[in-house]
Amino acid sequence: MSKYVPKVSELKKEFDEKPSVLKGNYSAQEWWDIPVEFRDGNWCFPGKPEVLEDLGFANPRKWAATDQDWQLPAGWQKTISDGLQSRLKKYRSLKLFLDACVRCGACADKCHFFLGTGDPKNMPVVRAELLRSVYRNDFPLVEKILKGFSGSRKLTEEVIKEWHAYFHQCTECRRCSVFCPFGIDTAEITMMVRELLNLIGVNNNWILAPVSNCNRTGNHLGIEPHTFVQNITSLVDDIEDLTGVTVEPTFNRKGAEVLFITPSGDVFGDPGVYTMMGYLLLFHHIGLDYTISTYASEGGNFGMFTSNDMMKKLNAKMYHEAKRLGVKWILGGECGHMWRVVHQYMNTMNGPADFLEVPVSPMTGTRFNNAAATKMVHIAEFTADLIYHKKLKLDPKRNDHLRTTFHDSCNVARGMGMFEEPRYVLRNVCNSFHEMPEDTIREKTFCCGSGSGLNAEENMELRMRGGFPRANAVRYVKEHNKVDSLVTICAIDRASLPPLMKYWNPGVTVYGLHELVGNALVMQGEKKRTEDLRENPMAGFDDGGDDDEE
Amino acid sequence: MPLVMVAVLALIPFLGVQYAGLSYFFGVIMPYTALVVLLTGFLLRLVDWLRRPVPFRIPTTCGQEKSLEWIKYNRLESPHRFWEAAARVLSEVFFFRSLFRNTKAELHKDSTLVYGSHKWLWLGGLVFHWSLLVIVLRHSRFFFVMIPGYVDFLDFADGFLDVTLPTFYITDALVLAAITFLVFRRLNDAKLRLLSLPTDYFPLFLIGAIVVVGVLMRYVMRLDIMPVKDQMLRLVNFSFDAPGEIGTLFYVHLFLVSVLAIYFPFSKLMHAGAIFLSPTRNLCNNSREKRHVNPWNAAIKFRTYPEYEDDYREKMKKANLPIEKQ
Repeated sequence: MSKYVPKVSELKKEFDEKPSVLKGNYSAQEWWDIPVEFRDGNWCFPGKPEVLEDLGFANPRKWAATDQDWQLPAGWQKTISDGLQSRLKKYRSLKLFLDACVRCGACADKCHFFLGTGDPKNMPVVRAELLRSVYRNDFPLVEKILKGFSGSRKLTEEVIKEWHAYFHQCTECRRCSVFCPFGIDTAEITMMVRELLNLIGVNNNWILAPVSNCNRTGNHLGIEPHTFVQNITSLVDDIEDLTGVTVEPTFNRKGAEVLFITPSGDVFGDPGVYTMMGYLLLFHHIGLDYTISTYASEGGNFGMFTSNDMMKKLNAKMYHEAKRLGVKWILGGECGHMWRVVHQYMNTMNGPADFLEVPVSPMTGTRFNNAAATKMVHIAEFTADLIYHKKLKLDPKRNDHLRTTFHDSCNVARGMGMFEEPRYVLRNVCNSFHEMPEDTIREKTFCCGSGSGLNAEENMELRMRGGFPRANAVRYVKEHNKVDSLVTICAIDRASLPPLMKYWNPGVTVYGLHELVGNALVMQGEKKRTEDLRENPMAGFDDGGDDDEE
Repeated sequence: MPLVMVAVLALIPFLGVQYAGLSYFFGVIMPYTALVVLLTGFLLRLVDWLRRPVPFRIPTTCGQEKSLEWIKYNRLESPHRFWEAAARVLSEVFFFRSLFRNTKAELHKDSTLVYGSHKWLWLGGLVFHWSLLVIVLRHSRFFFVMIPGYVDFLDFADGFLDVTLPTFYITDALVLAAITFLVFRRLNDAKLRLLSLPTDYFPLFLIGAIVVVGVLMRYVMRLDIMPVKDQMLRLVNFSFDAPGEIGTLFYVHLFLVSVLAIYFPFSKLMHAGAIFLSPTRNLCNNSREKRHVNPWNAAIKFRTYPEYEDDYREKMKKANLPIEKQ
């Protein structure tokens, strides 16, 4: 595996033997006395100078988190404290979340990074205290009289290093916020601190390079228009080889009814491409009048992990393109943080989308009132509606070679509330589905450990630790229900869960929901199908025998 | 340190009244000051929060959203209408809904994570807050010439054990037990020990001291409460007359309450107001259905399609993509 991660046996040994705060057999010093440690495997490479220049971001330079001197720009303290003040004025959430915490500790053992590292600063309450302690320093008089009473401290370079480390050990998954009696959302605090850090050039290349790409080419992976088309065309060829059916996606076509937008990982990355094949088969099956844009060719939004302004800038393309093409509404593919943005931010930031119509499924006539303002529908809602109205010809036995479980993606779960639709679809396209233990699914779901732009190779140890609680829950159904397939509706999951499974649960494969839909769809004019979209043999369809259809 | 602070605070009125004859200060000036600070402070903090905008609709969705008609949605955990969101907030205020969800993660042998239901904090917190509420309401007997009916009822309910004279209030025992638990868990659990600040112990000790002094007055020292009630009625009528002869212990009790009131608006105790305003709890999850408006919606220049086409026109032509300009 990666050189940035210890052997699984070493990590297991650590979990089993090393005393930790989590196990309660270790009392650390006060958290603010624990030094920050950057070592191989626990930090992401900083933004490259050319990427920062391209974006017009502050302080482009060559540096590394392991450097002693981070070359912070002159007057950085003022930049940070002014930046914090202005954000406190613009966001009630930030002010309230800094003020309201009573440190009851309900969140302490809810964070996947805390569970995987045992590091006290990964308890959500302490993560927020990293900022709170500086924020509280506004009352220096009180602090002078009662030294140490309120737990405040000065803003030093050490604090910046600590922020960089620990606000990049938070995937903005919001699990802590579910358990907080005041709903304090660490994601909100992390987003703000990352904005502040970007003001002084403390950043992460795995986030900023995609942001720059997305701005320029329309997608995170930096795929230019002709390559984008080529990739999808090659998927069309694969579909033809496998099924004998020729699907015909169109690009940048004016006058289509629906604009389809999905994360570029589905166009370019393995195993995302199989999910893309599923979409293409589905659209062909129902004869949807849709088009795909090479300009608005990204559903995901790494701007969200950078700053709210950047989120808005990248997301603006969706409506801009929908207007230019004159479509009626937008259909969105499987993605996690994309849907946090679309559901909770897009219409506020980039709307109102008056030029679009309230989405109506052309096959079932269902009017998606829940998307009446954004005019954007999630593919799982769309497909669930199709299945409910019996518009799809499905053969779930074609997924009998898979024993599945479902991973709720953090953002879709806690930033949107979509739990039933994907399960409904999954139950209809496969015969074997087993839920993971209840404290690890739905609103209590665990992050893959690599969300919010932490999916960098050099960050592997941290990712494997952060994903440990998720992997542990998968191990449970693997052992108890012989589950071998982890189904998700998130592009980052599709990229990050395969290495996580390979590390903790070898033998478990990661699938997108619509890949399984694609397997199960009985297409008109198809040839006899014996292999799934990955060209793996299906169970019971192997030879020319006649016992495979009842 | 917080324990010492509370002891010192308790000693101040004791010495002040017993040896320096400052009963006017502790019986009149302090309570008025405290009341003014508490009310204006609380109000200012609320206004300070309220005048800051809520730019985005960010409820934490803990249940199924309202989407397709045949899918049942969770009205409490993913509210769609105003009253559903209101019910969500009130369920937090009155029943500590989110704490009820609490689990405890344990790392067992063979690197196995196990989660168990863990409702002790919920129970302790609920007992603590409800007992305090009942106690505060019971105290309103001191502020009315005619004792209101609800006080009689609370007195009756709270004292149903009727084991001592004067009648023993269950809430007195419950609140002391809850405080003991809340302090003990901070000291006992490695995680809590680490994340607790002196400001977390201080209000617990302070409230604990107030209760202990109150209990001493009532059950042990058997303070004559008529002058206490006289003094309270004077205060309620905004009279600045000097208090009559009251036991010193009362001044300790009153002073500690005053300190708590003054401390309140500057501290984490403001969670009492914040719980109503939390944007992850008090907003409807309907941002795709109804547009949420951000008053400062930032003006952003994004890369438009014409700019994109200008850069890629030749490549787009070769790929047979439709273009706007030749």
